[in-house]
Amino acid sequence: MSYFSDIINGTKSLLTGMRITGKYFFVNFLTRRDVITEQYPDNLETLKMFDRYRGEVTMYHNENNEHRCDACTLCEKACPNGSIEIVSDKKLNPETQRNVRYIVKHIYHLEMCTMCGLCIEACPQDAIQWGQNFHHVQYDRGKLTKVLNKPGSTIMSKTKEKK
Amino acid sequence: MEEYLTSKLKTQEYFLNMGPQHPATHGVLRLLLKLDGEIVQNIEMDLGYIHRSIEKMCERDTYKQIIHLTDRLDYLSSHMNNEAVCLLVENALNIEITDRIKVIRTMMSELSRIASHVLWWGVMGMDTGALTSFMYGFREREMINDIFEETCGARLTMNYNVIGGVRYDLQENFVKRVKDFIVHFKKKLPEYDKLLSNNIIFQKRLEGIGYISKEDAIAYGLNGPTARGSGVSCDVRKIHPYSAYDRVDFEEILFTEGDSYARYRVRIREMWESLSILEQLVDKIPDGEHRVKTKAVIKLPVGDYLQRVESARGDFGVYVKSDGQKFPYRLKFRSPGFANLTALNKMTKGLKIADLVAILSTIDVVVPDIDR
Repeated sequence: MSYFSDIINGTKSLLTGMRITGKYFFVNFLTRRDVITEQYPDNLETLKMFDRYRGEVTMYHNENNEHRCDACTLCEKACPNGSIEIVSDKKLNPETQRNVRYIVKHIYHLEMCTMCGLCIEACPQDAIQWGQNFHHVQYDRGKLTKVLNKPGSTIMSKTKEKK
Repeated sequence: MEEYLTSKLKTQEYFLNMGPQHPATHGVLRLLLKLDGEIVQNIEMDLGYIHRSIEKMCERDTYKQIIHLTDRLDYLSSHMNNEAVCLLVENALNIEITDRIKVIRTMMSELSRIASHVLWWGVMGMDTGALTSFMYGFREREMINDIFEETCGARLTMNYNVIGGVRYDLQENFVKRVKDFIVHFKKKLPEYDKLLSNNIIFQKRLEGIGYISKEDAIAYGLNGPTARGSGVSCDVRKIHPYSAYDRVDFEEILFTEGDSYARYRVRIREMWESLSILEQLVDKIPDGEHRVKTKAVIKLPVGDYLQRVESARGDFGVYVKSDGQKFPYRLKFRSPGFANLTALNKMTKGLKIADLVAILSTIDVVVPDIDR
């Protein structure tokens, strides 16, 4: 006897659940309410990530192609994975007659980066900051290694605007 | 007929590999099943497919750098894992943190607990053959992920807690978003019950399946919702209150049945409790600093330190042995999933393969947490 009552109760509880799924299927489909699906590759123009989104490490350059990095290597030391390598050199500053360190290459290995944010926190000059780009797919792993300072860029003088 | 089958037709025992690439094992977990027909006689677990030697990596990292590695253990409760390391260092160095930090941490932990349980609920339905719940669970989880993404900067590996506070202050939208979520989720949770919990077919799949008694649960060292389904009181938030858990009013959910359905109901009720904690805190976030200044190089005094927190899966512990350097001499994570998984053999013996999948789902394993 319990066999049949089980079937009846099971069908009843199934119908209760199907009322919910049916409601979502018909009502929401017709009224377009509560539709949360994003048409991902087609909405790239309107898709905006949040300001704090950690996509990649970038270096801030102003319109004169100047950055704020003075090659102190604090970001390199703060990184737990060795994702940052700094190649620096010294040159003579004609005004002060002193040797000043400058970056030749600020190499960023995106393939090793875990987006922990310790380098950006460690930077005393706010030279590096987060970028919101998340399209990192490449066919070659080597292409993920980037040089952050743009070619021909120089360090901006300390008196200029900060961020 | 049945007599004839058992006497004349001899079944042969055989071994079957389940995993490491099986969707029901929630990651790369390999189970060696000893089967008689469809009946599971013994399970041997083979771990090591996602071993990244995180504990060893912690020994070469400073205390600030360790925190981001704990995101990668139990990735569904990364806030709690971060918090464990931060609390350990703060307690060891007697760093006083403000009430605002405590409340923010508690709210984030409860949000990730809900996110984790919602995901579990979806996967639970899928493991027992209902695909709809998976989609519905992800719908609610998306709201929490947006909150995390806006305030912490990432959806899963937040790395939001730092030693002496939290990385950023709350976004201005945070309170509004959390309130919206509470209103939304209070409507959806009864729907979950109608859809899955009260379904007779679903109940028959779980009731009486995967039974483990209270004594066995203690003997196996089970923790979290898995143990609370057997009536073992083990909520770290109640036993050793940390952060703001001593100032909120919540209930430790206990069920005494000890079967899969009890474990299922523990988690559903825990989502209600987490919601009530969020409701109590969301209007009372105190003002103050979100980050206390600490030394640039953090060195722990010589000695042993232990910190426990309640992650979404249970009692997560960090044990550090320090020799006074800026790196820990030895660090050990006590993960809740490993202890829970050991009881799988006891729970499943004599049941069918389909039951094994359901039981594995109610234990709620996250393999990167088990296999570090």
